[in-house]
Amino acid sequence: MSDAADESVAPALRRGVKFRFDTVRDAWVLLGPERLFVPDETAVEVLRLVDGARTLGAIIDDLAARFGAPRDTIAADVTALLHDLAGKGAVTF
Amino acid sequence: MPDDLPARREVTDAMRPEPPLGMLLELTHRCPLQCPYCSNPLALERASDELPTEAWQDVLDQAARLGVLQVHFSGGEPMARRDLVPLVRHAAGLGLYTNLITSAVLLDAPALAALSDAGLDHVQISFQDVDEAGADRIGNYAGGHAKKLAAARLVRESGLALTLNFVVHRHNIARVPQMIALGEALGAGRIEIANVQYYGWGLRNRAALLPTRAELDAATEAVFAGRERLAGRMVIDYVIPDYYAIEPKGCMGGWGRRFLNVSPAGRVLPCHAAETLPGFDWPSVRTTQLAEIWNRSEPFARYRGTAWMPEPCRSCDRREIDWGGCRCQAFALTGDAGRTDPACALSPDHAVMAEAAREAEAPPPPFVYRRIGSNL
Ligand code: SF4
Ligand code: SF4
Repeated sequence: MSDAADESVAPALRRGVKFRFDTVRDAWVLLGPERLFVPDETAVEVLRLVDGARTLGAIIDDLAARFGAPRDTIAADVTALLHDLAGKGAVTF
Repeated sequence: MPDDLPARREVTDAMRPEPPLGMLLELTHRCPLQCPYCSNPLALERASDELPTEAWQDVLDQAARLGVLQVHFSGGEPMARRDLVPLVRHAAGLGLYTNLITSAVLLDAPALAALSDAGLDHVQISFQDVDEAGADRIGNYAGGHAKKLAAARLVRESGLALTLNFVVHRHNIARVPQMIALGEALGAGRIEIANVQYYGWGLRNRAALLPTRAELDAATEAVFAGRERLAGRMVIDYVIPDYYAIEPKGCMGGWGRRFLNVSPAGRVLPCHAAETLPGFDWPSVRTTQLAEIWNRSEPFARYRGTAWMPEPCRSCDRREIDWGGCRCQAFALTGDAGRTDPACALSPDHAVMAEAAREAEAPPPPFVYRRIGSNL
C-alpha cells in the first residue's frame, strides 16, 4: 500500500484475530496468536468499523462525521493506526 | 482492634492479582515424538492420571469467568486426546481465543476440518528442522517431517491462522535462513525461532544442544534480515538462550501475573516448567477452584511481585520489567529458586552460564530421548 493511501481498499482482521469486549476487564481486546492488544478509545472506534467490507474511505468518512473533525486529520490517524496493526499481523488490506 | 479492619481490607484488595490472560492446557503427556528438549517434566504423567473431559470443560468455564482470554491446547501431543474437538468447541463457545500447539503428525484433513468447524482460531506446528533426516532424528520418529509439511499445507488451505515453531540448538541453528524460507513458502503468518530452554529434558541434554556464541550470532543476523524483508507479511518471534544474555527474560511476564498452566492430572502451575521445583504443594483443579488458586494459593503468591526478591533484584530498577528472571532456571543452576536468575549479569551466580557456554565448544554427546521412564 502506498503512502497516498488508496481509500478503496477494505481492511479486515486477519484470520485468527478476534476483536471482542471482555466483561471481566470491562474493555475491548484484540486477540491474536501469542498477541494481545488493549486498544485505546480511538483504536476501538476504528476497529469496530473494520469488517472486510467497509472501505478505508468509508471508515474515514464515518469517523469524521461522528467526531466532527477535519477529514484530513482523521484520514492520517486512521491510516497510521491500521498500518501499525498490519505490521503487527492483526489487520490485512 | 476494629479500627484496623477497613485498612486491612484495602491491603487485601490491593494485593489481589490482576486476572490471568492466558492458560496452557497440557491435555496429556502422551506424544508420538521423543524430542530431547521437550519442556515436559522428566517424570511424565500417565494416561490413567489424566483429567476426564467434563473436568477440562469445567476448567475452561472457570478460566473464562476468571478473565482468561487465550487458551492453548498443548501436551505432549493434544491430538492424542480423543476429546480435543469437543474441548475446542467448548472453549470457542465461551469466546476464548483457541490455539492448538501440535506436532501435527496426527493432523490429517478430517481432523483439521473437525477442529476448524469447532471454532479453532489458530494452529501452531512444531518443526524439528527443515530437512527430513535432521528433523526425524530429533523427534526420533521416522516420516514425521513429511507429515508436518502436509499438515501445514492443509492448515493454510483451510484458511486457519498458522504459526511454525522451530526449536533451535547446535544441530539445526545453521539453518535458520531456511526455516524462515519454509515459513514463507508455507504461507505462515508467524514463525517462532526459539532456542531450547534449558530445564527438564533440555537441561538433561544441554551439552548436546547448546550452540556456540558464533552460531547464535549468525542466527540472530538471519532473523533480523528476515524480519526486515518480510515486514507486514510474516511475524518472526525470536528467543535466544539465556546463556548468552546479559539480562534475563521476564519469564511468563512474571510469576503468577499473566499466565497459568494446567498439567494433565490437573495440577495448576505458574509455568509449564515449574514442576521441576521442589518444595511446592501444587494446587489441583480436582480439589480447588481456579479463582481460589490464582487469587489466594501460596504457590502462586510465593514469587509474585517483588516482595520475595533478594539483592541485587530488590533494589534494581528492572525488577518490574523482568521480575528477577526465571525461578526454574535459578533453581536448576543454583539449587535455590528464590535467587536472582543467573542469566542476569548482576547475579552472583552468573559465572555458571559462561561455564556451560564453554561446554558448547566441545563435541556433542548423544541425546537422552524423552520417554516415559528414560530419565535414569
Ligand atoms: S517437544 Fe517433542 S516430545 Fe515434547 S511434546 Fe513436543 S513434540 Fe512431543
Ligand atoms: S538484578 Fe534482578 S531485577 Fe535487576 S536485571 Fe538482574 S534479574 Fe532483573
